[in-house]
Amino acid sequence: MTIRARFIVDRGDFRLDVDLEIPARGVTSLFGPSGCGKTTLLRAIAGLDRHPGGILRFDDDSWQDGAHFVPPHRRPVGYVFQEASLFDHLDVRGNIDFGARRIPADERRVLPEHAIELLGLGPLLKRKPEALSGGERQRVAIARALAVSPRLLLMDEPLAAVDQTRKQEILPYIESLHRELDIPVIHVSHLPDEVARFADRLVLMRDGRVLAAGDVHDMLTRLDLPLAHESRAAAVIDAVIAETDPKYQLARVAFDGGEFLLSRPDLVPGTPVRLRVEARDVSLTLKRQTGTSILNILEARVAEIDAEDDARVIVRLRVGRTALLAGITRKSADDLGLAPGRVVYAQVKSVALLG
Amino acid sequence: MFTDADLTALWITLKLAALSTLILLLLGAPLAWWLARSRWRFRFVVEAIVALPLVLPPTVLGFYLLLLLGPRGPVGATLDALGGRPLAFTFTGLVIGSVIYSLPFVVQPLQNAFNAVGRRPLEAAATLRASPLDRFFTVAVPLARPGFLTACVLGFAHTLGEFGVVLMIGGNIPGETRVASIAIYDHVESLDYVQAHGMAAALLVLSFLLLLSVYGLNRRFRVIGP
Repeated sequence: MTIRARFIVDRGDFRLDVDLEIPARGVTSLFGPSGCGKTTLLRAIAGLDRHPGGILRFDDDSWQDGAHFVPPHRRPVGYVFQEASLFDHLDVRGNIDFGARRIPADERRVLPEHAIELLGLGPLLKRKPEALSGGERQRVAIARALAVSPRLLLMDEPLAAVDQTRKQEILPYIESLHRELDIPVIHVSHLPDEVARFADRLVLMRDGRVLAAGDVHDMLTRLDLPLAHESRAAAVIDAVIAETDPKYQLARVAFDGGEFLLSRPDLVPGTPVRLRVEARDVSLTLKRQTGTSILNILEARVAEIDAEDDARVIVRLRVGRTALLAGITRKSADDLGLAPGRVVYAQVKSVALLG
Repeated sequence: MFTDADLTALWITLKLAALSTLILLLLGAPLAWWLARSRWRFRFVVEAIVALPLVLPPTVLGFYLLLLLGPRGPVGATLDALGGRPLAFTFTGLVIGSVIYSLPFVVQPLQNAFNAVGRRPLEAAATLRASPLDRFFTVAVPLARPGFLTACVLGFAHTLGEFGVVLMIGGNIPGETRVASIAIYDHVESLDYVQAHGMAAALLVLSFLLLLSVYGLNRRFRVIGP
């Protein structure tokens, strides 16, 4: 199952030129600064805008090709806009049922009740949109999009119009979508944190073009791409809780290539988790340090080194099959004699658990 | 206080206003929708034509309608040839005149209301499987409801006050085309001020109540009036 999108849009001051093939599973993030064409591409996929000459295939179905154009209401997609865009004349229940009522019974895989439960909307069903908070409105918008049982869910920065507190309130719901429903998601974002949290795949966009596309773990740690050079550059690691240690209130978290100890004794063994390790929290030594308070020391191999400026370098490391970034001074890199292939010990000061 | 002839005139006036308003809503809603959504570059021409009755003396409008609908006019002659009768000096002719005369009073509030709805709710409805027609009836019309109320009342009230167009194409046939405003004119002509007062007061109160309901129910009232 793949999605193929080919669009050339020329609006004078703005040009979009993409030819993209992405697997129709998991979460794919279209990532880039404002105005790079992410939303334009997402709207073209939904059929909200028709760009002549575009080609769009979803799995074996052609949605646009030459004169052939499937209008948006005949595409099996769900769309979540930046602003909730609820129908003000309907209550929450009416909004969620709007799309659900319009799909044939044999295409119904997500029941409205299921969407309501997933987004925690039970107590709000009789409210009108004007009586909801920003976060609640966006949850209704997501439930409404899910209730049409989409084969593809498109989300345009669903958290952009929501403040930080509300964001924390919605994020767990979006993550549960990912776990509970097997619906491929294309998600637009300009926030590295959001991408690190959800994405399986990243499409990096700049000025209407696709700079690179691929697995999120690779994309965040590739030194030839801008993400690894941002001030808060970080590697994302998928791991599983192996065991908890009640005595020290720690959890042992295993990933492909090693393990971390986290001070989170509340986690249930077997739970998959996503970890984020910032480059600036990783320091390197040539010998395994003993007599240190740092718990997490991993044997790693230098894969690549790139200069940030005259003072600092960024190092991509391999820990088994997992990539890690370390941001160190150029002097340290020279003193340690770092070069690709060299075995080093990565001392990880801090590991963030995402979601 | 009202003579039978006056009551008949009032009844014809109300019937004319109600029927014209109904027809105007059926014609005006799709037209206003198109004007609100269209990106055609000559759309302004249509907008100017729709607004024409706002500035045109009703007698001018009535005069051209008389030529058009009369026995020698293209519409009148065609009807004549088909075995019908010309529309000038008939109630049907009055309805046609009223619809044209009050068109901007219905189309403009509707167009404003549809503009205020914006594109976003309709796009949301499209991604929720609603076809264009479905979107119009289940999203655009309910969200534009204040505009529909304004359009109804203005269309109705404006038709009530019609005089010049009626005089030109309706004449003054009791029971057919003699409306309240013509009856008032007749009473004044024959110096029967008491009867004129009765009719005038009836129209004044009715018009005021209608506008009161619109301003009261719909505070966002906006229309480009004459």
